[in-house]
Amino acid sequence: MAEILIKNGFVIDPTRKIDGDVADVAIKDGKIVDTVSSAAKVIDAKGKVVMAGGVDVHAHVAGPKVNVGRLFRPEDKLFKSPMAQKNGYRMESGFSVPSTFKTGYDYARMGYAFVMEAAMPPLFTAHVHEEIHDTPIIDEAALPVFGNNWFVMDYLKKGEIENTAAYIAWLIRVTKGFGIKVVNPGGTAAWSWGLNCLSLDDPVPYFEITPREIIIGLMKANEYLGLPHSMHIHQNNLGNPGNYAITLDSLKLAEGIKPKNKFGREQVMHSTHLQFHSYGGDSWANFESKAKEVMDYVNQNKGITVDLGCVTLDETTTMTADGPFEHHLNHLNHLKWCNVDVELETAAGVVPYVYDKNIKVCGIQWAVGLELGLYATDPNRTFVSTDHPNAGPFIRYPRIIKWLMSKKAREATLDTFKYKDKVIDATNIHSMDRELTLYEIAQMTRSGPAKCLGLSNIYGGLAPGMNADVGVFDLNYKNMPSDPEMIEKAFLRAACFIKSGEIVVRDGEVLGHGHKNTIWVNVKMPENPQVMRDITQSFTKDYTVGLSNYPVRDYLAPHPFVIDVDVEA
Amino acid sequence: MATVTLKPTKTPTIMFEAFNITPDAFAGKTPAQIAALEGREGKIKVTIGDFFEVSGSPGATAAETDIVIAGDCSRVKYIGNKMTAGSITVNGNADMYVGGWMKGGKIHVKGNVHSFCGIGMEGGDILIDGKAENYVGCAYRGDWRGMKDGTIRIKGSAGNDIGTFMLGGTIIIENNAFIHVSTHAEGGTVIIKGDVEGRVGGQMVKGDIYILGKVQYMLPGFKKIEVVEKEVDGVKGTFDHYIGDLGERHPKSKGKEIFANLYVKAAA
Ligand SMILES: [Zn+2]
Repeated sequence: MAEILIKNGFVIDPTRKIDGDVADVAIKDGKIVDTVSSAAKVIDAKGKVVMAGGVDVHAHVAGPKVNVGRLFRPEDKLFKSPMAQKNGYRMESGFSVPSTFKTGYDYARMGYAFVMEAAMPPLFTAHVHEEIHDTPIIDEAALPVFGNNWFVMDYLKKGEIENTAAYIAWLIRVTKGFGIKVVNPGGTAAWSWGLNCLSLDDPVPYFEITPREIIIGLMKANEYLGLPHSMHIHQNNLGNPGNYAITLDSLKLAEGIKPKNKFGREQVMHSTHLQFHSYGGDSWANFESKAKEVMDYVNQNKGITVDLGCVTLDETTTMTADGPFEHHLNHLNHLKWCNVDVELETAAGVVPYVYDKNIKVCGIQWAVGLELGLYATDPNRTFVSTDHPNAGPFIRYPRIIKWLMSKKAREATLDTFKYKDKVIDATNIHSMDRELTLYEIAQMTRSGPAKCLGLSNIYGGLAPGMNADVGVFDLNYKNMPSDPEMIEKAFLRAACFIKSGEIVVRDGEVLGHGHKNTIWVNVKMPENPQVMRDITQSFTKDYTVGLSNYPVRDYLAPHPFVIDVDVEA
Repeated sequence: MATVTLKPTKTPTIMFEAFNITPDAFAGKTPAQIAALEGREGKIKVTIGDFFEVSGSPGATAAETDIVIAGDCSRVKYIGNKMTAGSITVNGNADMYVGGWMKGGKIHVKGNVHSFCGIGMEGGDILIDGKAENYVGCAYRGDWRGMKDGTIRIKGSAGNDIGTFMLGGTIIIENNAFIHVSTHAEGGTVIIKGDVEGRVGGQMVKGDIYILGKVQYMLPGFKKIEVVEKEVDGVKGTFDHYIGDLGERHPKSKGKEIFANLYVKAAA
C-alpha cells in the first residue's frame, strides 16, 4: 500500500494531548507511522485541522428495524435523494434512514471511521451483518440486545452470574457481536403482556425479575467476561416528563461495580442517548430540563460514560427495541407505527417523528441534549450522538458540534422558536456561555468513544501503530471563523479523509469504497455444560429455528477484525 | 401574459419525466434555454428539446408565463410539478403526476390524465376535461400530509384513492368514482357528482364528502344523524348526513368531538 504524508496541519489528538500543534502525520500500509520515504504522496493540510477518524458509539444503521424504517417511509426519500455523485458510485437515498451506501458515504464525508450498530436482535443477526457488509468504507460492529432475553432473565433471577456470562459469551460469539446492549431492561419483555417497567422495581411478568436486578447482573457478567466495552444501556421510562429520577437511580447502580478488562476501559456502564432520560416536570405542561442534575452526577463518577442523543429539530424516524415506548409515542403523534416481537429475545417499534421548532417540548428537548454536552467536565466520557435516527439523523453531528462550539449559533436557533421564552424558562441553555474547543470536540467524537469501546489502541488517535483513519477539515485552528456555519460546513464535508490508509474522500466527495471491516469479539470461555444443555433444550422447545441454523455464517462477515477475549475461569 | 408553445416532435420510448415543464422553470428563458432544460427518460438524462419544439417566449416571472402544449402528452409525466404561478394548457392527454405538489397557478388538460393528478397539492387550480385514473389529490406513498389547498376538477370519472390523507382544498369529480374516497383525511372537501362503489371516508378524522349519486356499499363506521338541504357546486338537493369514521380517533374542539361529514343525496 502507498505511503501518505499529511503535511503542516493543525493536529488535534487528545490521546497524546496534542492541541493544534503544526505537525505532519505519516501513513504506511494502513497504519500511522513515524516517518515515510520521500516517495510518499503528500497532502497539504496547511491552515487546516487534522484529527483521527470519528468514532460513533451509538447509531441504528443496519438490521431489520432500520429496514422497516426504510420500507415504511417512502416519503423519507421524496425530493431528498440526490443522484449519485458520478459514475461508479451507488444511488443514495433517504434522509433519516439512508440506504446502506448513503450511510457509508455520508459518514466518510464527515470523516468518521467507525460506527457501532447499537441494537442487534440476535435472531436476525444474519440480516444485520449483510447490511453492514453492504455499507461501504466505515468499520462497524454491532451490540446484541440482552436486557429482555429469556435466558438472561432466568439465570439472573437465580443469581447465576457465571451462567449468564457463559450464555452471553456464546451468543456474542455465534452472532459475531461486540458487547452487551440493554434496552428498557424488563420493560420490553413486559410488553409481550401489554405492560412496561417504568420503575427499577417493576417486576417483569412471569420472570419475576426487576430492571434493577437485570442491570446489576449484566454489569457483573460484563466484567466477569472482561469485554472491551461495558454494558451499554438505554434506560427505563425513556422520553417521559420526570424521568431524570429513575435515570439517576439507574446510574447509581454502577457504583458497586469495578471495571475489569485488558482494553483500557474505565467505565462499567455506558448510558446512551441521555437527552431522552434527563427530563423534569410531571406533565408536558411543566416539562423541563434536568440536564444539570444528571450531569452533576455523571461528572463525579468515572464508572459511567454517556452519549448525548441530541435532538436536531428535523423530521426523522424513531426506531428502538423499546417496544412499549413506540406504542406510547404513536398515541401521542398519531402517525404510523410498526411493532415487532422477536421470540425469546427482544421486540422493536418504529414511528416517524417531527421535532418541530414551533412545539415547546421539542425546543426543550433540543436544549437538554446540548446542555448535557456543555455541563460535561470530562468530554472524554461524554460523546456526540443523536441516537441516529431517533433524535435526528447522523448527518447533523456537524450541526451539534457547531451548537456546542458557538453560543451565537445556539442563540440563532433559539430565536427561530415559536415559544422561545417558554423554552428559556424550562431550560438553562440561554444562560450558558461555554463554547467547547476543537480539542474537546475531538475528545467527544474520537478519543472518548474509542476508549469507552475498548478500541483505543486502533481508533480515536494518531499515534504510530494505530489505524490510519485521518480526517482533514477546512478550519483554521489559529483563526476560527466568526460565522459558526463554517464549522458545520467543515465537519459535514471533510477536505480529505483517509480510511485504512487510503484516500476515500477529497473536498467532500467520495473517491472510493475503501476497505471496511466488521469488528467482532470472540469470547473464549471454558465450555459450560449446563448452559449448553439449556440452550439446546430451549432451541428444541421454544425457538422457531434450529440451533444449527442460528449462528452467523462466516461468509456474511467477509472482512472480519476479530478481538479475542480469553476468560479466566 | 407571454406564451410558450411546446409542439411534440417525438414520442418518448420510456415515459418522459418532464418535471421542468413549469412556468417557474421557463420564466425569463429563451426557447433554446427552455429546450435545454433537463428531464429523465428512465435513468437517462434528457432535455425538453428531445421531445418538443419550443416556440414563443415566456414572461419574466412564472406569473406572467403561459405554457401551451400543442398535442398529446400521454407519455409525459410531472407536467406542472411544484409550479407556483402562471398557467399550463395541454391540448390532449397527459400521463401521471400532473400538477404534483403544485402551489399556485392553473393547469388545464383537455384530454384525460393518468394517476396521481394533484398529488400533494398546496394551492392553485387543476381542470381536467376528460377522466382521471387513480390517486387524484392524494398524499405521496407513506406520507400523512396530503392535499392542503387548491381545487381539482375532473369532468369525467375517476378511479380509486381520491383525496387520501387530504388536509384541505377541494376535489370535484363530475362523473363516477370507484373506491376509497378521503381515506385517512383530516380536512378538505370531496364532491362526487356520480356514483361511488364504496369505502367512502375510511379512517377519516375530519373533512367533508358529498356524493350526489349513490354509494353502493357504505362503510359501517358512518352513522346517519340527520337529513339536510344543501347546495353543492351549483346543485341543490336533500342529503342524508352521516358522521364518522367512528372507528377512528376524533379530536375535540371546545369540548365537542369533531367528526368527518359524509353527505349522500337522499333517495327521491
Ligand atoms: Zn439507540
